[in-house]
Amino acid sequence: MRRRVLPGLPLALGITLVYVAIIVVLPLAALVFKAASLGPEDYWRIISSDRAVASYRVTVTCALVATVFNLFFGMALAWVLVRYRFPGRRLVDALVDLPFALPTAVAGIALTTLFATNGWFGGPLSLIGIKVAYTPLGIMVAMSFTSIPFIVRTVQPVLEELDPALEEAGQTLGASDLSIFTTVILPLLTPALLAGVSLSFARSLGEFGAIIFIAGNQPFSTEITALLAFIRLEEYDYPASAAIASVMLLTAFVMLAITNLMQARALRYTARG
Amino acid sequence: MAHHGKGKPPRVGDNKIFRAVLLTIVLLLVGLMIVAPLVVIGVEAFSKGIVYFGQSIADPDTRHAILLTVITALIAVPINTAFGVAAAWAITKHDFWGKRLLTVIIEIPFSVSPIVAGVSYLFVYGLQGLFGHALQAAEIKILFALPGIVLASMFVTAPFVARELIPLMQAQGRDLEEAATSLGASGWRTFFSVTLPNIKWALLYGVVLCNSRVMGEFGAVSVVSGNIRGQTNTLPLHIELLYHDYNAAGSFAAASILAGLAIVTLIAKVALERQGAGRVQRPSALAGADSITPEVKP
Amino acid sequence: MKIRLDNVVKEFETFRAVHGVSLDIESGELVALLGPSGSGKTTILRMVAGLEYADAGAIYFGTENATDIPVRDRGVGFVFQHYALFPHMTVGENIAFGMKVSKVKRSPQAIAERVKELLDLVQLSGLKDRFPGQISGGQRQRVALARALAVDPRVLLLDEPFGALDANVRRDLRRWLRKIHDELGITTLFVTHDQEEALDLADRVVILNKGRIVQEGTPEAVCRNPADAFVMNFLGDANRLDADIRGGKAYVEDIAFDADGIADGGGEILFRPADVTWREDGQGIAAKIVRVIDRPDSRRVLAMTGNGQPVEFDTAPEFPHRKGEAGFLQIRRPRVYAAA
Repeated sequence: MRRRVLPGLPLALGITLVYVAIIVVLPLAALVFKAASLGPEDYWRIISSDRAVASYRVTVTCALVATVFNLFFGMALAWVLVRYRFPGRRLVDALVDLPFALPTAVAGIALTTLFATNGWFGGPLSLIGIKVAYTPLGIMVAMSFTSIPFIVRTVQPVLEELDPALEEAGQTLGASDLSIFTTVILPLLTPALLAGVSLSFARSLGEFGAIIFIAGNQPFSTEITALLAFIRLEEYDYPASAAIASVMLLTAFVMLAITNLMQARALRYTARG
Repeated sequence: MAHHGKGKPPRVGDNKIFRAVLLTIVLLLVGLMIVAPLVVIGVEAFSKGIVYFGQSIADPDTRHAILLTVITALIAVPINTAFGVAAAWAITKHDFWGKRLLTVIIEIPFSVSPIVAGVSYLFVYGLQGLFGHALQAAEIKILFALPGIVLASMFVTAPFVARELIPLMQAQGRDLEEAATSLGASGWRTFFSVTLPNIKWALLYGVVLCNSRVMGEFGAVSVVSGNIRGQTNTLPLHIELLYHDYNAAGSFAAASILAGLAIVTLIAKVALERQGAGRVQRPSALAGADSITPEVKP
Repeated sequence: MKIRLDNVVKEFETFRAVHGVSLDIESGELVALLGPSGSGKTTILRMVAGLEYADAGAIYFGTENATDIPVRDRGVGFVFQHYALFPHMTVGENIAFGMKVSKVKRSPQAIAERVKELLDLVQLSGLKDRFPGQISGGQRQRVALARALAVDPRVLLLDEPFGALDANVRRDLRRWLRKIHDELGITTLFVTHDQEEALDLADRVVILNKGRIVQEGTPEAVCRNPADAFVMNFLGDANRLDADIRGGKAYVEDIAFDADGIADGGGEILFRPADVTWREDGQGIAAKIVRVIDRPDSRRVLAMTGNGQPVEFDTAPEFPHRKGEAGFLQIRRPRVYAAA
């Protein structure tokens, strides 16, 4: 028997395991159990139905576009916050977290109102023929809104810790700003960027509240996978809901693995000796 | 830093034109994407005047939704906090088999879609789920009632407190607890007089974020609550209901309460970050810097 | 309090393991555990404290088997390497902590008096209300010592007590710790990787390598009679030359050294840079000067023997020879060991 020097492990671990078992593991196991009870043929039929596949396509495409947008926007935002001093910088820094703090349903109705054809943005945009609300573009907007903080918050600390001597070294070697950025700064930021990108993408794949208001929710064009699982539930088609939710769960696990990998890599440059 | 002494060459990206252009684009996008949604909530909430706003908030169903949301938070947040502290204590102050796996499992809810969480709970406590019939026979109502809402909220926020505490306590090491124990302090004494004072801001930070998410959770709760107006509607669900009733002003009035909560959360977050929460403190940034050992002893 | 370690074993997956260490520490003795990092010295100290539990073997405090006594009840004073001062408590509160949590109830006045007494002892009387972050490293070290002494420990254990300090602070504190020890007479065990510190401070030095004791004795004993090449090297600069051992003699290029009781075969001789004399002719190992380095009080000469082995030695600043000159090395007090 190994004795322990610091006390409290049995109690602390007991509480932890009970909570994790009842709150986290039990429901996910029940979902997997339910999906598994379908049988391979039924399961495959449901998850490969045209409507389901269309929903994957919509979700993944929109999440990709939203993440790429956030990659540039988040990176620029982090850069501006770290490297420049301007009035209101602290306010902007605090506002970056608004998408996390604002409940998704609230974000959903706010974005929808802004981008509806009679809204502040939707009106002018419709004049030049761009429709956002109730189109895939709306889904992208909602996805980018809810995942803005990820890339900013992973890149920001790395940028802050960046040793000015590295840039100075580049300057003494005669490199231009652009080439210092691309050959010195960007490679050092890449692990953090990738970590932020994977978090942002994962969040976009699973987002529900902010999207359903603005999406229009037309099967085959603006219906995301999360909504399809929800609709099947409301139709009392529980097996279908379980199967679709299990696909999302599996995707989440894959993204979790990728994210952990990326974050471990991101730590590589920030770890202090 | 952008400002530096005279006679020092500019850093990369400090070119005046580049700086102005980038700053303009970024601030414009922040205005359009982050500030505008916040502003539109306020404008829409008061679009039919302050009287209508007051009536919307005072509406019995809205009041009930607020009450239910607060009750949910009052139950879920303390339990979640206790769990987070216990998990962090076990993981950072002890070694045991399966520790890494446990750490990953605690993080899972963060990556799982709220809808998947809600659907999963249905298959535990619903009629088509594992315990549905047994619960019905015993006349215990979990789904479409408060317990289901609380459980789903606890799922989505499971990692919130633990996630703030684990990296901090890992970085703090075990020296302080070992010192207290070697001086004769009991486990509780060690926790309350040595550990807690050094993690309190991070703990509070986790609690604030957890509370914000519990009160704002939509997807998971919308699956398990049954959306019964005046009974199982939390505030976010009530907002949806009003919105689909074409009562935009009422919906935004309710939403403005949650937006207010979000702003309070952001202010609290900034205040706590000034106390050092929200990021693992570097040894140099902390008083008594030498008491922190980065490596974990076996 | 006498401490006895009886065949103590601790296994880690890493290199810090301890393999069957037995050790007696007399009551009132000041003993240093000396070894390179990874030699297991800190693990031994932590086992004596009860911060690690031995996998096998036993630890006795006097006649009492302390192996299973939890750290909380073991009655040790432990000074951590980085002090582990509670950052949110003042110096006074840190020192009082052990008395406040003790099962022996003390009145607040009694605690305050004791804190004052200890602050006087460690010469920090004015700093009672400062926080650890507001005092210097040397002061923190003394607070840590006062905190450990406050609970009237049966033994005092210190993990690299001077490791985090500047060289000059270190020397002062060393002498001061010795003085405190002599005043209080408490059995003290400390860990260090610095041989100078161990020799300066301890009554007895225990030298560890790879989780085993390689030699223990007074500073004089270990300095004059290093048990093996490891100890010889660890205690200070040493030259090493290959030797052939035949019939009780060790030969280096035809020069014979006493090697009583060492089996025939490969061997090595080790000697200190101060134990070499340079001769222009006569007896000795042929060598050529490669470089002369000047130091404030001496000259360090780098030479190469006839068969290409480097030797360094110290001479008076007036040493007249220069790079390129040939001569002979005369070696005093050589230590001969069988090849490892």
